[in-house]
Amino acid sequence: MDMKRDYYEDIQLFQSGVVLFWTVVLLLVLFTLPLVVPNYYVYLFNIIMVHIILAVGLNILVGSTGQISLGHAGFFAIGAYGTVLMMTLFQLPFILAILIAAFIAAFFGFILGLPALRLEGPYLAIVSLGFGLTIMHVIGGVDAFGGRMGIKVPPLDLGIKQLGISWILTTDFHKYYLILIMTIIMVVGARNILKTRVGRSFVAIRDSDIAAEVIGVNLTIYKTLAFAVSAFYAGIAGGLFGFVLGFFDPFTFNMILSIIFLVMVVVGGLGTILGGIMGATLITYLQYDLLKNIAEVPYFGALMVAVSKQWFTLVGLENFSSMAIGLIMIGIIIFEPLGMFGLWIRMKKYWMTWPF
Amino acid sequence: MDHFKVENLSISFGGLKAVNNISFSVEKNSIFSIIGPNGSGKTTIFNMISGIYKPDSGRIICDGENIVGSSPDHVARKGVARTFQNIELFSNATVMDNLLLGRHIHMKTGVFAGAFMWGRGSAAAKEEIANREIVENIIDFLDLQSVRNHYVASLPYGKRKLVELGRALALEPKILLLDEPSAGMNTEEKGDLNIWIKDIQADYQVTILLIEHDMNMIMGISDRIFAMNQGEKIVEGVAAEVQCHPEVIKAYLGEDLSC
Repeated sequence: MDMKRDYYEDIQLFQSGVVLFWTVVLLLVLFTLPLVVPNYYVYLFNIIMVHIILAVGLNILVGSTGQISLGHAGFFAIGAYGTVLMMTLFQLPFILAILIAAFIAAFFGFILGLPALRLEGPYLAIVSLGFGLTIMHVIGGVDAFGGRMGIKVPPLDLGIKQLGISWILTTDFHKYYLILIMTIIMVVGARNILKTRVGRSFVAIRDSDIAAEVIGVNLTIYKTLAFAVSAFYAGIAGGLFGFVLGFFDPFTFNMILSIIFLVMVVVGGLGTILGGIMGATLITYLQYDLLKNIAEVPYFGALMVAVSKQWFTLVGLENFSSMAIGLIMIGIIIFEPLGMFGLWIRMKKYWMTWPF
Repeated sequence: MDHFKVENLSISFGGLKAVNNISFSVEKNSIFSIIGPNGSGKTTIFNMISGIYKPDSGRIICDGENIVGSSPDHVARKGVARTFQNIELFSNATVMDNLLLGRHIHMKTGVFAGAFMWGRGSAAAKEEIANREIVENIIDFLDLQSVRNHYVASLPYGKRKLVELGRALALEPKILLLDEPSAGMNTEEKGDLNIWIKDIQADYQVTILLIEHDMNMIMGISDRIFAMNQGEKIVEGVAAEVQCHPEVIKAYLGEDLSC
């Protein structure tokens, strides 16, 4: 057992030397990884990190505040389109553009939070679902946004055009570091929010809104704030996602994407930072990479290809990742409601007390 | 100026007059108990004071200010804290977090200050540390050290009652509403609670409104007692007066109980 000497140790980022050590190791690995893996994997890591930002933000809303959202693809789209349009129409530098886009997303989050004051559960799910679809179709209908044909992103310029400074990130390798740093800032930020007053108020609303009100938590402010914070995260993630893809259209941000985001949070573990990270990593991997790898597994891969061709789609393994995700989802809900985070805690406990 | 006063308070749910024209006045730093049979409207009065229900008519004066119509969080900011009959805690948070939530109105950290809590010197960290110290005093006072970092969901009933009391105390209230604090406690725990309530009155300089069914406790610690039945006042006075009032005996204590 470690002895605590003052209250700061309760809230500090690295609770012990061991945690600090492994964090440093992890950071070293993350910063050297793109040097050694093939370029496709750098691209995959970029998408995983973008999804981590989003899942961590969504988890603040779904896991910690207990509100549901099936419209996060909408905020994701606002972030992506907002960033690109700010850069092309107003010539803003990237960092400013993505921040403004994220604040616009946060504002829409606030708007979506208003019906949440009256609605709960399935009703709120329907409202948010409608919101996500509306955003998708509205964007598709505006020609200035590229319409249904989509929009091509400008070069990712970290410099300021007006001052003549230019620092263009062209390859996935360069973007990796930008996204990694953003992800670290956002994840640590989320962790800090949950450790302090605002995060505690979110948890209070989830567990008992009557008691939360009676101790002085203003439900109107904090419920809408939870939506706004979560949408802000989605906005930042969307802004980065656009540059990972290079080109996107409104249907990139469809309803299925919203559901996949929710799956990430549930599979990873509701209400924990680590849960969001693990869920986003696993689900993104399954979605983007499993298709390629499963066909190469001897016998099983061939069987899956045959099964998919026979009963699902003509293109082969398209549906396999959805099936896998569905099965994982069912398994998690039945066997480990805390998600991958729960498995992680069990594993940790097992090794801490090993060999007893 | 009146410290705390309820004037002609009435509320009805459909055709049922749950609370009918109730008035009372509470002196600063005293213990004022409300007794009555189940369904007589005691908790309804508390719910109206803390802003959960809006009374049909009447006024609730707290430090000279009418708080009728304020939302519960505004009432909390006026310095009114309460506990619930059936315990309303944040079960999936630790005892520490529950008590820290009681400090909510005394803290300022917002989203941005919270997100940028980089290191010991940041404003958010300083506020956290200061408030954790205050909460620690409450933990010491209520003997909760052993469960400090436990999740509330894992605690036994008696401890949860104490955590809820602690959370109300963390608010540094002027008025403390306790709704059946001893329900579900054994004799020993009731004894402790008795002493704690007395201590709270003395140490925290707080006015306590108490709903309770344990007559020994009520008669022992109350400065004044207010008895009601079916939403109507029966009698108000010191313990001896209320105890021997024939209608109280008829409605609540049972006829064969003599004084």
